[in-house]
Amino acid sequence: MSVGAARGLASSGQKPIAEILHPLSAAEEPLSPGPDVSVTGSASVGGEKEAGLTNGTPVETSSPASASSLFNRLQLDDDLEADARDPYAASETRDLFVTVDDPKKHVSTMETYITYRVSTKTTRIEFDLPEYCVRRRYQDFDWLRIKLEDSQPTHLIPPLPEKFVMKGVVDRFSEEFVETRMKALDKFLKRVADHPVLSFNTHLNAFLSAKDLNKRQGLALLSKVGESVKHVAGGYKLRARPAEFCAMGEYLDTFSQKLGTIDRIAQRILKEQSEHLTELREYGAVYSSWAAVEDELRRPLEGVAGCVTTCCGAVEELSDSMSQDFLPVLREYVLYIESMKNVLRKRDQSQAEYEGRLEAAILRKQEDRAPIPLEVEKCQDKVECFNADLKADWERWQSNKRQDFKQLLTGMADKNISYYEKSQAAWESLITLLQDKQTEDKTSETN
Amino acid sequence: MRPGSPTTSGGKMMAQQGKEPLAADDVSNNTAADESINNAMVEQGSILLRRMEICVAEAEKRSGKNAVNMQETFTVYLIETRPMDAVTEGQNPAPDSLWRRYSEFELLRNYLIVTYPYIVVPPLPEKRAEFVWHKLSADNMDPDFVERRRIGLENFLLRVASHPVLSNDKILCHFLTEEHGWKEAVCETGFHAKSDSRLRALSATFRVRNPDKRFMEMKHYSDELQSHTSQLLRARARVADRLYGVYKVHGNYGRVFSEWSAVEKEMGDGLQSGGHHMDAYAASIDDILEEEEHYADQLKEYLSYAEALRAVCRKHELNQFELEMASHDLISKKQQREELATGIVRTFSFKGMTNKIFGQEAPEQREARLKLLEELIAEGEESVKEKTVECEEHVEQAWVDMQRFKEQKDKDLREALISYAVMQISMCKKGIQVWSNAKECFLKM
Repeated sequence: MSVGAARGLASSGQKPIAEILHPLSAAEEPLSPGPDVSVTGSASVGGEKEAGLTNGTPVETSSPASASSLFNRLQLDDDLEADARDPYAASETRDLFVTVDDPKKHVSTMETYITYRVSTKTTRIEFDLPEYCVRRRYQDFDWLRIKLEDSQPTHLIPPLPEKFVMKGVVDRFSEEFVETRMKALDKFLKRVADHPVLSFNTHLNAFLSAKDLNKRQGLALLSKVGESVKHVAGGYKLRARPAEFCAMGEYLDTFSQKLGTIDRIAQRILKEQSEHLTELREYGAVYSSWAAVEDELRRPLEGVAGCVTTCCGAVEELSDSMSQDFLPVLREYVLYIESMKNVLRKRDQSQAEYEGRLEAAILRKQEDRAPIPLEVEKCQDKVECFNADLKADWERWQSNKRQDFKQLLTGMADKNISYYEKSQAAWESLITLLQDKQTEDKTSETN
Repeated sequence: MRPGSPTTSGGKMMAQQGKEPLAADDVSNNTAADESINNAMVEQGSILLRRMEICVAEAEKRSGKNAVNMQETFTVYLIETRPMDAVTEGQNPAPDSLWRRYSEFELLRNYLIVTYPYIVVPPLPEKRAEFVWHKLSADNMDPDFVERRRIGLENFLLRVASHPVLSNDKILCHFLTEEHGWKEAVCETGFHAKSDSRLRALSATFRVRNPDKRFMEMKHYSDELQSHTSQLLRARARVADRLYGVYKVHGNYGRVFSEWSAVEKEMGDGLQSGGHHMDAYAASIDDILEEEEHYADQLKEYLSYAEALRAVCRKHELNQFELEMASHDLISKKQQREELATGIVRTFSFKGMTNKIFGQEAPEQREARLKLLEELIAEGEESVKEKTVECEEHVEQAWVDMQRFKEQKDKDLREALISYAVMQISMCKKGIQVWSNAKECFLKM
């Protein structure tokens, strides 16, 4: 879900999205969205054709994540506008759109990995060109995130999907895994692109536009190490954390815990559903084999077997959507919470540093009448900036969290409703079949 | 039959085809073939059920001493009967009633099986709870089990009382109308003696040369029916178990949403009320699965019916076997007579050997033996005649009843499948309702 999707249509003289052709959809007509279409990070509303994309070995996935998730977002637009409370809203115009899609497998002598196409459309002058299309792998996203954390320590950086997967347990190249990961990467990038500060970060610029990021990889590991060292080496003790940040911390702890519980429940449900499915299949098979030894009852029994099979398909669909759409979002929020807690800690650090220096300066002042040093004032500024940024980001995060979870839970409800509707339809058509046969028999008896 | 009781439809046979789901005052089916059989075999009269309303109204626990003088608790069932005339005339007299326990029903059924070996006798509800999924109790005293058994016993009585042949049985009537002295009356019929242990030994095989092909096919079918219904019951129980798990785990959402809502501001209400619907969802499965047990009971009835069908076929096998044995015996005796009369030994015999060794026997001895043989042959011919008649009669009557059974089975099972589909639809509708309600709440988050 795009962080910035809360706001309405772009205005103020920019070209409306309908008239901007995506570079890859050159073969298609311009889009003509309805009145309610929200402008999100994706420019490819019409979807992309497979033709024309011939580099690499295509990994089989369904339609690009952006297209389908776009339609999901479209449904909630009416609510989103009303809920937007973003302090940046007034000044922001949508002028940077990014999409992650089209996964492809690359096989080299050293390794096998997946790359994703990252497409950008923008009118910002910070970019040299209006459009870019590059291929990036997970490592590159990771690099970007670390760079953002380093360069914008006072902001909440959205999370990435998990980096490491156990090789024996999860198939890194399976359709499902790649699809799920790609959706998360797309979400990450859109959130960054919609952030009023992060989206102007030069590293993001490089990520979106540079042909070759490889040269910078080596730095990634180092900076990660460097950062953790920075944390430990702070050394200042915090006196009094402002109440609102305490509240944030507590909230995050509780929320994280609840998400963990929900994750466990969802997994348990998946397990039960899977076992249910196994038994259902067996059950349907028994009806079929009984039908084979009957004459009058053969059609009814086969009918029931058919219904059960349809229900099996519906159960499978439900389970698949739970594991592919529901669980990943939960997990992503857990990661998000972790990174937010980190930022809170950093804030505490900078406040502690300021308080420490201030105290030292006051002591010195008392001794030799020196004015408050500039560094102390800088520290104070830093803390105040940090607090302001954090508060703004927090509000935005809360708002987005609310939308995301509203969407998640209504999505879950929808999937379940759809499952029951499919089952009901199957059984209803069976009854029609059986009752028709009954009236058929009755009329033939009286004849 | 009650002497002197006017029957509303005395002597009138029904032409109606097809059996409705059994209700207390329903009429049973009767094919044209049945009509003639009935006329021939039973007293002039109509099906018991048309004259009498029967139901098993209640169940109660009793305590008493059992056969080995130990204290035991058991359940008794109240059988109520009312003359149909009174009912149709709009009067509402108090029904006659008596209490019977399950073992008495068993005794009645065993009597019927032995006395009418050409009839597919309706089965009783199961003695012990089988095909139980984990939440269901296997305890015979469990109230749900007792209730389903009550329904099953009523069903049994209705089926028997609407059967063209069985309904006329005096012991049945006695069972329904007089509480005391019934057991003695049953024993006095001496049915125990008629019961052939060979029939009960399922593993016994008779080497029958010329069984009626139709009966062999029917026996084979009964095996198939038994196998498939029991497989189905087992599979259904497993599905029920799993479904139970899926629903119940959703209840956990209720709890965690409630806890989570406590730390949320705008989202809290929607979350909490959504959670309540998750609780409702989890709770709904109990009733759903309890209702499905009725479907299982219908399948169980036909599982037992398969056995009854098989018994009729086995009886035919036994009859045919005895007939063949008797024929074979007769043939060999006739051969012996021939040899004795003509002196030509066709087959090896002890007498032939001794004749060779010790010389021919004296003419008087031969005469005596011949005379004995003639007697035996006469007896044997009688026996073969009797057995042939018995066999043919059984085949004729059994074939009629097996056809009746087949029609009944096709109709009943189709209706059972329809009602199962209806149950499934109801379950889906409930699911849609709950999740829609939950969705409404989530939308307000």
